[in-house]
Amino acid sequence: MRSNALCNRIGDLFEKAEGKVLSMFTTAGYPQFDDTLRVCKALQDAGVEMIELGFPFSDPLADGPIIQRSNERALQNGMSLSVLFEQLQGLRPAIRVPVLLMGYLNPVLQYGPERFCASCAEVGIDGLILPDLPIDEYRERYQSMFADYGLRSVFLITPQTPPERIRLLDGLATGFLYVVSVASVTGNKLAVDDSRKQYFQRIHEMKLSSPTMVGFGIHDRRSFEDSTALLRGGILGSALLQVLEKSNDIASDVRAFVHAIRSDS
Amino acid sequence: MNYNVDTRGFFGSFGGAYIPEMLVPNITALQACYREVIEEPAFQAEFHQLLRDYVGRPTPLYPARRLSKKLGYPLFLKREDLNHTGAHKINNAVGQILLAQRLGKRRIIAETGAGQHGVATATVCALMGIECVVYMGEIDMHRQAPNVQRMQMLGATVRAVNSGSRVLKDAANEAMRDWIANPEDTHYIIGSAVGPHPYPDMVMRFQSVISEEIRWQLPAQTPYTLPHSIIACVGGGSNAIGAFARFLDTPEVALIGVEAAGKGLDSGETAATIARGREGVLHGSRTLVMQTADGQITEAHSISAGLDYPGVGPQHAHLARTGRARYVSVTDEQALAAAHELARLEGIIPALETAHALAYLAEHDAGPDDPVVLCLSGRGDKDMAAYSEHHRKEMSF
Repeated sequence: MRSNALCNRIGDLFEKAEGKVLSMFTTAGYPQFDDTLRVCKALQDAGVEMIELGFPFSDPLADGPIIQRSNERALQNGMSLSVLFEQLQGLRPAIRVPVLLMGYLNPVLQYGPERFCASCAEVGIDGLILPDLPIDEYRERYQSMFADYGLRSVFLITPQTPPERIRLLDGLATGFLYVVSVASVTGNKLAVDDSRKQYFQRIHEMKLSSPTMVGFGIHDRRSFEDSTALLRGGILGSALLQVLEKSNDIASDVRAFVHAIRSDS
Repeated sequence: MNYNVDTRGFFGSFGGAYIPEMLVPNITALQACYREVIEEPAFQAEFHQLLRDYVGRPTPLYPARRLSKKLGYPLFLKREDLNHTGAHKINNAVGQILLAQRLGKRRIIAETGAGQHGVATATVCALMGIECVVYMGEIDMHRQAPNVQRMQMLGATVRAVNSGSRVLKDAANEAMRDWIANPEDTHYIIGSAVGPHPYPDMVMRFQSVISEEIRWQLPAQTPYTLPHSIIACVGGGSNAIGAFARFLDTPEVALIGVEAAGKGLDSGETAATIARGREGVLHGSRTLVMQTADGQITEAHSISAGLDYPGVGPQHAHLARTGRARYVSVTDEQALAAAHELARLEGIIPALETAHALAYLAEHDAGPDDPVVLCLSGRGDKDMAAYSEHHRKEMSF
């Protein structure tokens, strides 16, 4: 475990990547039950540098209709944490890029937090994003557990997060800071207007110690380039899920989608 | 034993604020100021003046003579159904609209199940001239249609919720999503004693006027000084916590919450969360939740839209765990029968939610000198379709 903690794919990525880091979110068990690794492979082959794998929840209250639908579909397909960890037995070494699990706290509580971390470490997960885990509880119960299992932590900040709390979260994050682009649930197409630019500028000027990855609403090349101009990289989710929803050929559709975002990939 | 919220927002191991970062600024702001604002003399004065002149408080504590005779113990009905808008929900709505004004909010959102909280919120928004958006599950809009019309007449926008199971739980999800998208000008008036801290405690404070009145009315109007027991229905648990609040530290008063068993506790179609739930996180609070082994929230079932919720307020979870309150359950059928009985014996048509508390009375253990208080949380006009259908079925046998 310890060696993994010291040498983590997320840390390596931010250290070595030269351009803007491109990360994508997909829902496990979507669109079909056994597509989890297929989609990861397609993303990696298309040049995506980091993958956030969402485990589904019945009540995703920070998500818009697209991710809600993918959660419902994945649950109907039979996805659960136990099933996901079985599927992820085949994650490494086929997938070389960093992979994080992202989801709501309740399934983790039922699975058992420590058992969850152990399962993550066993299959080669690099980090966790649990948006409704309060930071007090993170510090008391999860921080050392994450460290023991070599899992990097990610915290969200929003345009409304005050500077002192951004500093606090920056200090706690061991993976990166997830810069929520706009006050919105996921999946509303983002226009990088003046107030967005000022927000990204403000984050940039804070010279935070964690890498900053912007997400929510990025859906095309323009919104990716505009929103990552001052930050380390960007994350797409809903836009990818829409492609997957209609796809008959995941590898080629994902490749086309990723290349439309970033042609040098 | 401490039954109230601690400095970290917990009732024992339940409560807290399990919310995504997008909601943290608003929730933190509320946590920081709600007690101070509510306790200001000027706030209290305005709150109580509105409760008196607008809501019609105090509500009567009515000795239900014919029903008492049948039951064999003296029963007093705390008539929350006589409040303006027809239920206890208005107590909390008045309190929260005053709070929202002091926070400088210009827009109100709410979730509603039976529509009583939606109507109460639409009402106080009309009163204060504030924009109001109410989220309501599509199924509930259908089964509580009169309340939808009332909200619309009061000037509120009612947004149909088509996601998930299309009932109260999903309406709360949509309201949270609205709040995420409108973090600056909007206040979310949660209608039950659920949600992230400080909501459960705040709602309890506004609803505790119910038990405050019982506390003085009983000795002033009857030969009794304290109730033997207090009975209330529990969905999220706002009327129950309001009826319990001032008696939590009076252990000789038994507190009983009645949950909706739906078609039966083991039918797979139930809303009795304390009976069938496990510890989990729902709508920002650690509490008892009905869920699968994998932690997916299951759909509740109750004929009553207001009790059709797979969670319960964290303070109730704590009262159940510590044994301070006892929680029982009754089925849809028992509730329907109890509503008809109250109508015939006392000339009061109760809300379907309240009918659950009434249905428990027959098995309640009390003697001829044990005064029992039941919180008659709402009136039944909105439920006439369900009552008529039940009546027709009974007649056809």
